[in-house]
Amino acid sequence: MSSIPEIKEELVFDRPKVLADVPSHYCPGCQHGVIHRMVAECLEEFGLVEKTIAVSSIGCSVFLYNYILVDTVEAPHGRAPAVATGVKRARTDAFVFAYQGDGDLASIGLAEIMHAANRGERISVVFVNNTVYGMTGGQMAPTTMIGQKTTTCPAGRCAEREGGPMRMAELIASLDGVAYSARVAVNSIKNMAQAKRALRRTFETQIKGEGFGFVEFLATCPTNWRVSPVAANERVAKEMIPGFPLGVYKDAAKED
Amino acid sequence: MSAKRVFIKGNEAIGQGALAAGCRCYFGYPITPQNDIPEMLSSAMPAAGGQFVQAESEVAAANMLLGAAACGVRAMTTSSSPGVSLMQEAISYMAGSELPGVIVNMNRGGPGLGDIGPSQGDYFQSVKGGGHGDYRTLTLAPATCQECYDLTFTAFELAYKYRNPVLILGDAIVGQMKEPVTPREPLPIDPAEGGDWKLTGRGERAPRLLKSLFLEDGALAGQNRLLQKKYEAMRAEVLYEDFETAAADLVVVAYGSIGRIAKTAVRALRDAGLKIGLLRPITLYPFPEEALRALAAAGKRFLTIEHNLGQMVDDVRLAVRGLADSDFYGVFPGNLPTPDEFVEPIRAAAKGA
Repeated sequence: MSSIPEIKEELVFDRPKVLADVPSHYCPGCQHGVIHRMVAECLEEFGLVEKTIAVSSIGCSVFLYNYILVDTVEAPHGRAPAVATGVKRARTDAFVFAYQGDGDLASIGLAEIMHAANRGERISVVFVNNTVYGMTGGQMAPTTMIGQKTTTCPAGRCAEREGGPMRMAELIASLDGVAYSARVAVNSIKNMAQAKRALRRTFETQIKGEGFGFVEFLATCPTNWRVSPVAANERVAKEMIPGFPLGVYKDAAKED
Repeated sequence: MSAKRVFIKGNEAIGQGALAAGCRCYFGYPITPQNDIPEMLSSAMPAAGGQFVQAESEVAAANMLLGAAACGVRAMTTSSSPGVSLMQEAISYMAGSELPGVIVNMNRGGPGLGDIGPSQGDYFQSVKGGGHGDYRTLTLAPATCQECYDLTFTAFELAYKYRNPVLILGDAIVGQMKEPVTPREPLPIDPAEGGDWKLTGRGERAPRLLKSLFLEDGALAGQNRLLQKKYEAMRAEVLYEDFETAAADLVVVAYGSIGRIAKTAVRALRDAGLKIGLLRPITLYPFPEEALRALAAAGKRFLTIEHNLGQMVDDVRLAVRGLADSDFYGVFPGNLPTPDEFVEPIRAAAKGA
């Protein structure tokens, strides 16, 4: 009788410990989960978990605190950068990040994000742009693309009537207090690798005290786009990236 | 040992009181008639090792307050009526999330842009919640520059005792006038304050969460029950000035600067032989309803005087309901009253029996 060779197990992939092992409330094909995970990975890689204070916002990602297990305060709609300013000023040694959607950040919270960025607050903002108000049922957002149909522009967004989509990474990059501003996507392995690098650099600007860090993630919302998860991911490459070009719009470390 | 008396404005007394009470974060936005506060704190706060931010709006200032409060650091924002309207969103969230902070309203005339002179038009907004949802904010009404200083200490104590926003409701009179103020020994910063709830970064403990969203079945009702119990407990904090009510037939009820002006009129009429007293609520929420009810039970009559069209008078009438009523004399915001203006209305109310 021959002996069975010993099976050696090697762990090659694991969940970040700061990411809760719970079922997600996000819809199938939604990319908040991927982005949450990336945030969790960066917090652990930089050794920030114990000193992090997160500011959650209003929208689908209001439940950030159910998934990323750090001290968290919930901000009113759009006000996360102001709340994060208060947190950072009160506790200058903490690592402070806000996580906001496009309705929250680019519409009702436009003043708060622009001024926190312009003051150069030592905070990091993770901005998720899926071109609709997700939690309230898919209404038009300031980032909705021309021609895109939503429940409040059923014939498609019209530039003459509703203006064009706001490109936040570019707007933020124009402000003096900003150390880093980039736009990324998580629709492909290649783009995810770039996104991770951008997120790391966003966090790094705070760790090094360089200034305000901002990263815009293009993301899917299959439910409110009324398409399958696969079709939603394809839309990111076909429509979103041409309208919201990926790239680093400002990096203080690369300037003279 | 307290420091030497200083001759300062009510606005400055609030700024200095806040620093001495351990306030280390200030967020503000310019608006008349309270600009002395952000102006003095823009240098005094950093000098004390604290943080000063001129916010982009009162909306942002109040949300910065919310953020600093979540960290358990004594923090304050100050404004005047139109600005305080903009803060109501954050104040509601702070009440819902049980966050302590001090909000100063140097009440000016309204509605709308109104004027920059004194008014008591924000009484309802201050004591009935002000923003959305069922909540209350402790509300303190100083009548002198010394009270501006002292009540700022009280405001921070109460904010942390109850984990609730506390309002200081002054007006353009008390904010802009100068009086001698005796400062107190500054309080040491207590690093243990808020120790079991404040956000510090989780370290080795379980993460903490400060929020006002309660979606699970029955969770919001539970939170509201908890808040309601807290508001009941706050009734123990009632403060008021009682001036010669025991032998009075008529009790004048007035708060803040108007309470002080009315007191001069009451004193003059007492000298002329009329049996009049004054009850000046210092806490507007909680309202001194038991004191008023006891006076009503003793057969007193009431005249409420306000610098508005009749707001606190509703609470006086509720306090004495079934036993007495209250007459009302209102000075329209936009006019500045003198003690003489109150003499005739008080005399008429005294005769009205």
